[in-house]
Amino acid sequence: MNSVAAQRLVMAAVTLLGVATIVFVLLRVVPGDPIAMMISPGATPADIAALRAHYGLDASLPVQFLAWMKDLLRGDFGTSISLHRNVLELLAERLPATLELAAAALVFATCLGGAIAVFATLISDFAIAPLVDAVNGLFLAVPDFIWAFALVLLFGVFLPVLPLSGRIDPGLDERFLTPFYLLESLVTFRLAAVADVTRHMIMPTLALGLPLAAIITRVLKESLREAMVQDYVLLARLKGMSRLRLVLQEALRNAIAPTLALTGVQFTFLIGGTVIVERIFAYPGIGNMAVDAVINRDLPLIQGLALVFGALFIVVNVIVDLLVVAANPRMRNV
Amino acid sequence: MKAASPHGIGETLRACARDPKVIAGGGFVLFLLILALAAPWIAPKDPLEQDLILGATPPLGFAGAQPGNWLGTDDLGRDVLSRAIYGSRIALTVAFVASSLAATLGATLGLLAGWYRGWVDVVISRLVEIWMAFPPVLLSILLVAVVGAGVGSVIGAIVIIDWTRFCRVVRAETMGQARSDYVTAARAIGFPQMRILIREIFPNVLPVLIALISLEMGIAVIVEAILSFVGLSVSSDVPTWGGMIAQGRQILHQGWWVLSTPLLALFLTVLAFNLLGEGLRRALDPVMRR
Repeated sequence: MNSVAAQRLVMAAVTLLGVATIVFVLLRVVPGDPIAMMISPGATPADIAALRAHYGLDASLPVQFLAWMKDLLRGDFGTSISLHRNVLELLAERLPATLELAAAALVFATCLGGAIAVFATLISDFAIAPLVDAVNGLFLAVPDFIWAFALVLLFGVFLPVLPLSGRIDPGLDERFLTPFYLLESLVTFRLAAVADVTRHMIMPTLALGLPLAAIITRVLKESLREAMVQDYVLLARLKGMSRLRLVLQEALRNAIAPTLALTGVQFTFLIGGTVIVERIFAYPGIGNMAVDAVINRDLPLIQGLALVFGALFIVVNVIVDLLVVAANPRMRNV
Repeated sequence: MKAASPHGIGETLRACARDPKVIAGGGFVLFLLILALAAPWIAPKDPLEQDLILGATPPLGFAGAQPGNWLGTDDLGRDVLSRAIYGSRIALTVAFVASSLAATLGATLGLLAGWYRGWVDVVISRLVEIWMAFPPVLLSILLVAVVGAGVGSVIGAIVIIDWTRFCRVVRAETMGQARSDYVTAARAIGFPQMRILIREIFPNVLPVLIALISLEMGIAVIVEAILSFVGLSVSSDVPTWGGMIAQGRQILHQGWWVLSTPLLALFLTVLAFNLLGEGLRRALDPVMRR
């Protein structure tokens, strides 16, 4: 078990290094000068050279790469060119917003997908079963981008009940000690803040969570179908266990491992989806910041963001691997 | 050596034509293709013609609607229906070109990795894994931002990101096929490696590949819309669905129809490519067909 964990850790480090290298090379071999974006019209060549030196862009590529790596290991992510602030600080401010959103979407998708899969298994003998499949098939085809705007039309225009942008109403005079607004207001029991933050999160959460819910439904339903014909389920059935208890108590336990593995992979896609969904709802997370950083060619910020996204992907994958092993007793001694 | 495809091409085509998903999805894609090709003759108005006096008029059936502007106009008085029809041109161009190129690149690497195994496989698989640690949307925005906006960049970005989808599936399929009896037989006869790979294995991987290309077209249409929405696709005078969505988002409360029309077009197109892909996967697979 320990050797497996160690192996995963080494792989994770290699992947992260790969991500860092690709981002670094990509941003430097392609045309486009970040300094050209920041200089004012009256700047002299000497000013430009000074600025270039200030951001370390005058050295050769391998030297720049090594210097960057060394800084990273010391926890120095550099200074954002467009926002003139420490990159690590910016990330620490914005990442919690994205984490709260992604976590909310994951919880929502798991509950909805799980409930529909169990429901579909219970009614699999009835005539409406194909209808559930057809609706789920439709949901599988619709990506977060389309959901986001469909929700904007629905809850922003036709039934204007939800705020269209931001994380919290600026008119609401709330102070937060941490950037985890939802978590903090929940823990400190400030219900007005909880309600407002939640209202802002509903649409982005639905847009991110609905496609994932459809995937969870399909995989869990398939696994449940396979589990329901296993001998131990048939035996429990013969003993007179109700169908609901059969599904929840016997089948679900064995159907969970394959679903977990797939949910993990899909969750990384969901994290990627925050980029565009946050943009659409002007939600102040790292995704939204990433779009601005790219448009402004803010090299240090883009690099920091890419590393954070890469690290998130890797952490999720490692957690999922461990959970799958924990959920499946047969894999524990591998 | 043709034993792997017991049914002829005629039979395969008949199976496709019988599949309801292929008919529905393919039918809509065909309809869209006709719209795109014949846009100048079908669109009721010039998509770029502005009329500031008739700005943001609603679709027919709503108070204030203008005859001739069936789905209303945007804030600059441009006809929404005509712009949506012209928008299908960029959407389909990106869908067809980007998917074919991504499929070519991914399938080639997948075939090589699955057939030669060993270090070739290790290098390609590792590359795929690192590639997939990036959020695709972020990577595409990054690529287009550094290369510069435009249809070519959008297509390039999709190819560079999505070749991994094809690579992974084709690699697994190739490994599966390589274990079949017909490949063993081909080896026994002494066919060269490349010939077995191209003439024997590739035709058997093709059905999965075709289905995947159709699904990829749906993804490509979305990516193009996302990049247009962020303002990184074609220049703003060329009508695109994503550009219309971005504009519609800004004037949401003056005219929701500017957003809803391209959104519906996008939804139907993605759905059609998905249906087509799923239908083709079933219809092209002799085992699933039975």
